[in-house]
Amino acid sequence: MLAKRIIPCLDVTAGRVVKGTNFVGLRDAGDPIEIARRYNEQGADEVTFLDITASSDQRDIILHIIEACAEQVFIPLTVGGGVRKVEDVRRLLNAGADKVSMNTAAVQNPDLIFDASSKVGSQCIVVAIDAKQVAPGQWHVFTHGGRNDTGMDAIEWAKKIDALGAGEILLTSMDRDGTKNGFDLALTRAVSDAVKIPVIASGGVGNLQHLADGVTEGRADAVLAASIFHFGEYTVRQAKEYMASRGIEVRL
Amino acid sequence: MTVAGQTIAVIDYGMGNLRSVSKALEHVAGGKQVIVTADPAVVAAAERVVFPGQGAMPDCMRELDARGLRTAVLAAAKDKPFLGICVGEQMLFEHSDEGNVPALGVFGGNVKRFPDEKMHLPTGERLKVPHMGWNEVRQKPHALWSGIADGSRFYFVHSYFVEPADPALVTGTCEYGVPFTCAVGRDNIFAVQFHPEKSARDGLQLLKNFVEWQP
Repeated sequence: MLAKRIIPCLDVTAGRVVKGTNFVGLRDAGDPIEIARRYNEQGADEVTFLDITASSDQRDIILHIIEACAEQVFIPLTVGGGVRKVEDVRRLLNAGADKVSMNTAAVQNPDLIFDASSKVGSQCIVVAIDAKQVAPGQWHVFTHGGRNDTGMDAIEWAKKIDALGAGEILLTSMDRDGTKNGFDLALTRAVSDAVKIPVIASGGVGNLQHLADGVTEGRADAVLAASIFHFGEYTVRQAKEYMASRGIEVRL
Repeated sequence: MTVAGQTIAVIDYGMGNLRSVSKALEHVAGGKQVIVTADPAVVAAAERVVFPGQGAMPDCMRELDARGLRTAVLAAAKDKPFLGICVGEQMLFEHSDEGNVPALGVFGGNVKRFPDEKMHLPTGERLKVPHMGWNEVRQKPHALWSGIADGSRFYFVHSYFVEPADPALVTGTCEYGVPFTCAVGRDNIFAVQFHPEKSARDGLQLLKNFVEWQP
C-alpha cells in the first residue's frame, strides 16, 4: 500500500533555516544541508525548502543550497518561495529540485500553473495555499506571506488548481501555523475531499498525535511539520513509529 | 578524454532535471564516469546507458526525435546494460494512452492511465492521481534486486503505467487501486516506473547493482 508521507519543512533565508510563529518572529535552526541530511537519515519521505528571502539579490543562495542538497540527499526535494514564472521553475529543477511550489504568483496568474505543468510535467508542480478561516466552514486564500486576503474561497481555488494541472497541493492553515495546536482538520478534509490530486497538510503541528490526525481525520496524503523536528522534540522516526501504532501505513 | 567502456551515459533529450539521476549514479559508480549527454556518439561509446524521463510522453518522444537520439537509444537497448526510469520505461513500449502516441516499441504492450473508477480503497477513501509517494514493490527474481528485500518501498510519481504483452517481462509489481507492473526486464534491459535516484538506500542499491551488472 502507498505510505502516507512525513515531510520536514525548512524555511530558509540568507542560507540558514529559521522558524517563526504565524509568519513572524524568526529564530535560527541551523544549516539547511546538515538538517536535510539528518532528516534523510531519520527516514523522512521528502524534504521541503521554502525560501522566505524577501530581497531578490539573495535569491540565488537557495540554488546553491539545492545543488549541494541534491548531491547528498537521495529523496525527493521540493522548493518554494519567490517562484514567479516558468523560468524560475526551470532554474530550481535544474539545480536539483524535484518539485517546485508556487503560491502568490499562481493566484495572480493561474495560467502559470497550466503553463508550468505543461512544460515540466504536473508531477513537478505544487501549488501552496495559505488559507485562513473567515467563517465556520469557510476559508479564504491569502497571499504575500499571509498579509493579503484575496477574498477567494480556498476550496474553490483548490479545485481550480487541480483542473489547471498541478500535481499536488500544499495546504497551510494560517490560523494554526506556528501555534502547535494541530492542523485545521476541517479545512484539510474539505480540500482533500474536493480534489483528485494529493494534499499535504501544514501548519500547527505540536505533537505526534497531530500528525496522525492530519491523515486520519484530515485525509491528507502527506503531513508537513517544521519546529517539532528542528528543535529535537521528536525525530522523524519517532513520528513514523507513532503513526504506524495508529494503524497508518508509513515507510519505516 | 573519457575512457570508452568505463562510462555510464545518462541520455539527455531536454526533458527536465537529470542532476538527481547523475548524482545518485556518481554516488555508487566506483571508478566509472557518469556523463549526461545528448550526443549519439557518446551514447554509442558508453559501457552502459541510463534512459530517464519525466513529463508528458508526447513531449518526451518529440524531443527524443528532435535531438536525433532515437537510433542511439534503440542501438544501446540492443546490447548494452540499459536502465529505463519512469517515462524512460514507458517509452520502451509500443504505444501510450497519454497523448495517444506511438513509442519506441522495444517491448510489446501499451501504457495506460490509472482507471478513475478503481481509484478508491475498500473504505471508500479516494486514491489520488498522480500516484505519488513510497509504495511496496514485489520482486520477481532478477540480479538488480540483489541486496534489496522483497516488498521494499520505492518512490513513485506517475499517472500512467506499462502493460507488457509478454508477462515474462515483468520483474516487479505494485498495487494502487489496481495491481500494476512497475519493473520490467529482458536480457540487457531493466526498466522501472519508480525513481531509484529518489528512493534513499534501496534506490542507491538498485543503481549500484545496475552499475555492476553483467547481463
